[in-house]
Amino acid sequence: MGRYLTRKLIIYIITFLFAVTLNWAVPRFAPGDPIKMLLSRFEVMEGGKDILESFFVKTFGLDRSPLQQYVGFWRSLFAGDLGVSISQYPKSVFNIIRGAIIYDFIILLPAIILSWIIGNKLGAFSGVNKKADNFLMPVFYFLTSSPYFWFALVISYVFGIVLGLFPTSHAYSATMRPGWTLAFIWDFFLHWFMPFLSLFLVQLGGWAIGMRNMIIYETNTNYAKYMESLGATERLIRNYGFRNGILPQVTGLAISLGTIVSGAVLTQMVFSYPGLGYLMVQAIKQNDYFLIQGCFLFLIIMVLLANFVIDIIYMFIDPRVRHSYSGEV
Amino acid sequence: MAVKDFWKRHENLYFAVSNKKVILGVTVFLAIVALAIFGPMVTPYDYEEFAGRGYQPPSKEHWFGTTIMGRDVFTQVVFGLRSTLLVGFLAGTIASAIGLVVGFVSGFFSGKAPDEGLMALTNIFMVIPSLTLLIILSAYLPYRGIATQAIIVAATAWPWTARAVRSQTLSLKSQEFVNLSRISAAPTFRIIREDIAANMFSYVFMVYILQFNGTILSSVGLEFLGLGPTRGISLGLVLQNAVNWNALHLGMWWWTIIPGLILTLMIVSLYFINTGLDEVFNPRLREM
Repeated sequence: MGRYLTRKLIIYIITFLFAVTLNWAVPRFAPGDPIKMLLSRFEVMEGGKDILESFFVKTFGLDRSPLQQYVGFWRSLFAGDLGVSISQYPKSVFNIIRGAIIYDFIILLPAIILSWIIGNKLGAFSGVNKKADNFLMPVFYFLTSSPYFWFALVISYVFGIVLGLFPTSHAYSATMRPGWTLAFIWDFFLHWFMPFLSLFLVQLGGWAIGMRNMIIYETNTNYAKYMESLGATERLIRNYGFRNGILPQVTGLAISLGTIVSGAVLTQMVFSYPGLGYLMVQAIKQNDYFLIQGCFLFLIIMVLLANFVIDIIYMFIDPRVRHSYSGEV
Repeated sequence: MAVKDFWKRHENLYFAVSNKKVILGVTVFLAIVALAIFGPMVTPYDYEEFAGRGYQPPSKEHWFGTTIMGRDVFTQVVFGLRSTLLVGFLAGTIASAIGLVVGFVSGFFSGKAPDEGLMALTNIFMVIPSLTLLIILSAYLPYRGIATQAIIVAATAWPWTARAVRSQTLSLKSQEFVNLSRISAAPTFRIIREDIAANMFSYVFMVYILQFNGTILSSVGLEFLGLGPTRGISLGLVLQNAVNWNALHLGMWWWTIIPGLILTLMIVSLYFINTGLDEVFNPRLREM
């Protein structure tokens, strides 16, 4: 059990090192010389000289050797110093991100968990019911084939504009004051619903297709046939199939987290929902390099943590992992 | 008789052309590819040209309507489809090739150093959210062509293929006919070529279809963020313009819904071909 987790943990640490290194290397070695651009932007700003002194010397340290620069980058990272935003000067990148990350959690967590659970149930149902299958499968394929942002546009058009049920952008109305009042929570919910729905539906198709194929495969295996010959009910066989089929689906969840987060970036863009993805795209438009890097880093940390949580869950639901790494078998 | 012999020799082909999903998928896919090839020749307009009154819903002159600036949406879609398909094709090919080589090598040398190293690399790339990595890379590249975009999309698309091909190679490797070749002292390269690669052909084909779908989706996403090729038009760019001009709020559904719908239908058609072929190559699934 411990060995399984350490192995995974090592991979995640290497990934983190890799991501940070990339974050450090890209602006230094990319064509177009982004650093020069940054410097010229800061110089015209009020108080820009001070920032040049403090941050650039510390982080970029252009007069030092690349190795020293790299060490310095890590040092400021652990001090929570991700630089200062240019577009929202003089706010620090860290503070901006801290304000945005809550919006990612609030749409991603329910969308991922609910679509995974409901998708698996629907897929299992579709796998054993041929009539429903003929109708549901094309729907699932359509959902999983839709680009996230296009589907978000469709949802926004249908529910937001034609039916006029939900507001089409931002996290809450400009007239509202954030707080624990009923009016605000309702307003917040209305704004939250469409980004959630579109993320939820696009993912749903993929889980359903996966589970459907697993159930069909499992009901054809030898153990299922053996159970059938023993006179077990169809329901019981199906339940066993579901339990076996759920394992690859958990692995699948870990694999597709990256895609889902990418999808969330695009969805937030469509609804101007102020999470990290929206922030990152705005930062790109304004060439706010520190903010871009900060968002990238936090998105990766989020995915890594989620992966780790899934690994732990997997360990509990798959007896093979539990036993093989603790040497019980 | 010759016809019957032909089908007997090419049994898979027979099941392929008589499979409803494959037929439907291939028809839709070819229709959309034809749209990309012949559309730009048929349309009388240029995609940047002022083609008529703006804000027009689909009509005889403008099949998909016009944009707010009076550009023809049909023309934009067919030109955009061309570039998007090209990126998907290039990126899908590169990504499949990388995934195949990595998966194959590490599957063949499983448990040894090359396998450990390649799989660690694969796992790292798998965890990083590819679109955000692409955004970072694209944001720092001020000039991007179709080839550049294809390469950066492919660079993040290959990991799952590598994992899948590795496990497929592993299961093939333990087959009896491979062991037989091994104990009869066949050279390693011959085992790879004749016993393993030959049996993976159908699998590789299906992987390629999925890669094509995946790379098209990520490149359209990049284009939508304005990080696609810096010149020319693409489907994602058409949609980005539509959003920037608030097309939906102005009720111009033809500008946003139609371009995405065509893309989605194409990807669905490829999924249909894929599942259809799965039934063809996998006799167990045929009755379904």
